[in-house]
Amino acid sequence: MFDQVIPAILVSIVAFFSVYVITPFLIRTLKKRNLVVKDYHREGGAMVPRPGGPSILIGIIASEFTLYAFFPTTAIITILVTTSLAFVVGIIDDRKVLGGWFKPLALAICAIPIIFLGAYDSNLAFPLFGSFKIPELYLALIILIIPITGNTINSIDVLNGAASGFMTIASFALTISLFIMQHYEIAIASLPLGFVSLAFYKYHKFPSRIFPGDSGALTLGAMYGVIAILGHVEIVAAIALLPAVINSFLFLSSVQRIVEHRQIKNPTAVTPDFKLMATTDKDAPVTLLRLILAAGPMTEKQIVSVILKLALFSASLAIITAFMMEIKI
Amino acid sequence: MKNYTIFSFIFVMWILIIIGGGLLIILTSIVSIDGYVTIGSLELYYASIVKAIIAIILVIIWIYVLTKIKNWMFHKKIRN
Repeated sequence: MFDQVIPAILVSIVAFFSVYVITPFLIRTLKKRNLVVKDYHREGGAMVPRPGGPSILIGIIASEFTLYAFFPTTAIITILVTTSLAFVVGIIDDRKVLGGWFKPLALAICAIPIIFLGAYDSNLAFPLFGSFKIPELYLALIILIIPITGNTINSIDVLNGAASGFMTIASFALTISLFIMQHYEIAIASLPLGFVSLAFYKYHKFPSRIFPGDSGALTLGAMYGVIAILGHVEIVAAIALLPAVINSFLFLSSVQRIVEHRQIKNPTAVTPDFKLMATTDKDAPVTLLRLILAAGPMTEKQIVSVILKLALFSASLAIITAFMMEIKI
Repeated sequence: MKNYTIFSFIFVMWILIIIGGGLLIILTSIVSIDGYVTIGSLELYYASIVKAIIAIILVIIWIYVLTKIKNWMFHKKIRN
């Protein structure tokens, strides 16, 4: 295990500092090209550059290639291919607003390299009870996991710092779980996800200097999904994502169809003192944000703080689940 | 700020995942098809289909239970 410590430290440094250094250049470039969007929740409606996906992808590629120099494995190639394809889907969606079905279908196609490269184990491991073994069904699950994780992270990207902060917590919980379950190589390969998210959070937190856009959110979500598959920690990964899963679950059960979020009514409204409050519109969907705001109007910073507390809670449950994976009854 | 209901819902979902996973493994492990088909690999194939159907039914029940719990826990908040 000690021969893996140096690569682990090195990939973490490369992941963090590549995003930390590149993002300010990306912010300037996007501003020059007028690729900015209005932040409706902020006083004065500041124009914020978007998308931040390119710096996230560069951080992931640089760190995973560094790791590949130490451990030339199919798993790293699979992470790179799937994540890059998800970035392409995201950047298309950033440039052109497409239908609600485009992202799930395109992300399902992004999952195909995982099957062709054969970098998976077809057993679905559950805590306490062992594994569920149906290889044919697992193939279908692979095709489903990437669209679910990608869209789930994308759906929580509604406030300054929510997606990157949430992803930082969830991905470090996943890395700790992988170490607990002694899947060391995948654990190290997952480190860049946490450090890239952390470095991006520095620019994405309130007041945001850049938004990740679909390219950023889908890249992070797809990488999270592929690591869950390669590390055989699908259930642990789902538990760490529970607040975002609840958001998607609430949204889908109130809208009752797959639809692009831009096409539905906003579940929140802005008060004159720039706090957010739950809308009184009965046709607006129920989301995690709307439930949080049921307690009363809150500032954007306060809401993100609640979301990150929920992320920490589910991350703790995910780590407990990882310990439970080692126990069989 | 009181968001205990959301924390409780996450905890309930976690418990449901563990119980649901356990049920899935217990129910699918008792499925085996012997004596109906002469070729061994086909028996495995049919057993897989039955297991897949059980898994899908359990997932549907899981979502149904979760929806009921969600409506019960968030009823007041959603109405507000």
